[in-house]
Amino acid sequence: MTSAGMKRMTPYMFLAPAAAIMAVGLLYPIGYMVYASFLDWNPSQLISEAEGVGLRNYASLLGDASFLESTAVTLKFSTIVVVTEMVVGVGLALLLDRNIRGVSVLRTIFILPMMIAPIVVGLMWRYMYHPSVGIFNQTLKGWGLEPVPWLSDADWALASIIIADIWQWTPFIFILALAALQSLPRSALEAARIDGASGWQQIVHIKLPLMMPVLVVTGLLRLIDSFKVLEVILVMTNGGPGLSTEILSLRIARTASEFRELGVAAAMSNYLLLILLALTVIMFVYNKVVDAREAAVRQAAEEA
Amino acid sequence: MPRIRFESVEKCYGSVQVLPPFDLTFEDGEFTVLVGPSGCGKSTTLRMLAGLEDLTSGEIWFDDTPISHLEPKDRDIAMVFQDYALYPHMNIARNMSFALRLQKVPKKVIDEKVARVAEMLGIQDLLARKPGELSGGQRQRVAMGRALVRDAATFLFDEPLSNLDAKLRGKMRTELAEMRNSLDKNMVYVTHDQVEAMTLGDRIVVMANGLVQQEGSAEDLFKTPANRFVAGFIGSPTMNFLDADLVEADGRLFARGDGFDLALADDLARRLDKAARRRVIIGIRPSCFRPAGAEGAAGSTIDLGVKVSEYLGAQSILVTTCGARDLLVELESSSRVDRGKVMTFAVAPQDIMVFDNETEVRL
Repeated sequence: MTSAGMKRMTPYMFLAPAAAIMAVGLLYPIGYMVYASFLDWNPSQLISEAEGVGLRNYASLLGDASFLESTAVTLKFSTIVVVTEMVVGVGLALLLDRNIRGVSVLRTIFILPMMIAPIVVGLMWRYMYHPSVGIFNQTLKGWGLEPVPWLSDADWALASIIIADIWQWTPFIFILALAALQSLPRSALEAARIDGASGWQQIVHIKLPLMMPVLVVTGLLRLIDSFKVLEVILVMTNGGPGLSTEILSLRIARTASEFRELGVAAAMSNYLLLILLALTVIMFVYNKVVDAREAAVRQAAEEA
Repeated sequence: MPRIRFESVEKCYGSVQVLPPFDLTFEDGEFTVLVGPSGCGKSTTLRMLAGLEDLTSGEIWFDDTPISHLEPKDRDIAMVFQDYALYPHMNIARNMSFALRLQKVPKKVIDEKVARVAEMLGIQDLLARKPGELSGGQRQRVAMGRALVRDAATFLFDEPLSNLDAKLRGKMRTELAEMRNSLDKNMVYVTHDQVEAMTLGDRIVVMANGLVQQEGSAEDLFKTPANRFVAGFIGSPTMNFLDADLVEADGRLFARGDGFDLALADDLARRLDKAARRRVIIGIRPSCFRPAGAEGAAGSTIDLGVKVSEYLGAQSILVTTCGARDLLVELESSSRVDRGKVMTFAVAPQDIMVFDNETEVRL
């Protein structure tokens, strides 16, 4: 090979191992899943023995009450947790973005929940929610109040898993919001103080607008993540009571292992994938728009 | 417009004292410049006045009102920052009107004020743009405009020109000087650039190492510096300093040192105490050397070897050697100078300043 050709090939040669791993580890399973979603496939069969059914799996899912219920639960769960986590996380960041004694200790404590393995989080909360020995009902009893059926009542169960998720994932929003806050131009905030902005007005008029690009991406990341939540809920309620906490990923797992319908499970996964893809595309488009706007502004500044 | 008074104001960061207690007064309607090298505490002083930094002890008075506990917004001040500190997400009109909008001033009044100030600064075409779309000079004007729209009693400037290129800085300096005359406000201006300080300030406060070295008009500071630091800081090119012994001869006092023996002015000799052979530092400005024999040249002569000649157009700066020391000499460029040549200069006795070699106070 000529040295010029060699030079041109070098980056691709460095990329090759990663590309190969991507192909085997990501593209192959996705292709397999898409293919499987067109089959009526039982785990006891080889995939070559499964019967092709076209789009029947997709069509039947749209009329499947349990699947729609799961989707609704997932949407409800995701919306509530993401909105709450954003509000609480950003609020905490605004409160702790200051130099007072012990703030670094507080910050570290706040991000601890995120570092615990999801299974452990699920187990921990399941014990805390335990109807008789859990700390919540013990405390309520100590105050002379009625115990709450945390995980055994349909309405309470959804609220309970939402609380656990908020506990675990608010720190994620918090640290990203705090990083965004601390990278804001100090002098602009000082100028705002001199211009007469109260603490609240600084937040509304200066801090939040300037943090917005980071917050939008953070929110979307969290939304994508919340659609895929599984372990914590699996451990805490396993989808029950009834279908009240059966989020999509749990439904998919059950369809594959309990109902032994691999084709249908694959089709569900693809629906979920489409939702996530849409969110990801929104995120990329948003980033592109922000970048393009900044590029235009820079261009104008150079011409000025 | 208030008279601003610092009363034994002290500033410490933790256990580090950056500003030992000091007093300072800004008279009503005066343009005061705080000047000094970086780290001298001038910006901290300004930021304490603005309310962006707390005082460790002492008090700041606006007339008879103590204000150190007041929030910046309650001090009736406007400030121009070194990096302009514009709000990146607001267009220029909204940047300028932010304070007024917070005060809930009627929209019509805001529009009028913004339009008037924008016209005064020549930025009326930029009002719809975002700060990111402007050049450095335009941003600087907007920052100025934002302060002016406020109509505050006191204006604070924190090195407002230091991010501009040399040419633009000169232009903005002239504009500021014009603006100063048309506005009857207290203005406090911080800079490290002595040229800015000399051209803008009614009164200049020279600071170094957290201490006020001297305050006065540009002329006072140039002609009668209080100490060696002020003498060296004010004036460009900087003053030459030489170690010397005071020697009495023929009823006159001479400063004698490595390669020179210069007569001192009689009134200075009377002020210095009689003890001969006292170690001092003498200071001579580069512009005070005249080629010996030229018209108006008087006083003792000194021989200097020319090391480098920097041609600047109307003047040349010569780097010369006197014994083991380098001396700067400023000459009109009409007299051509070759490198390596030894020239004889005359220094008038009244152009020589004498400083104590320990306290560095001018004698």
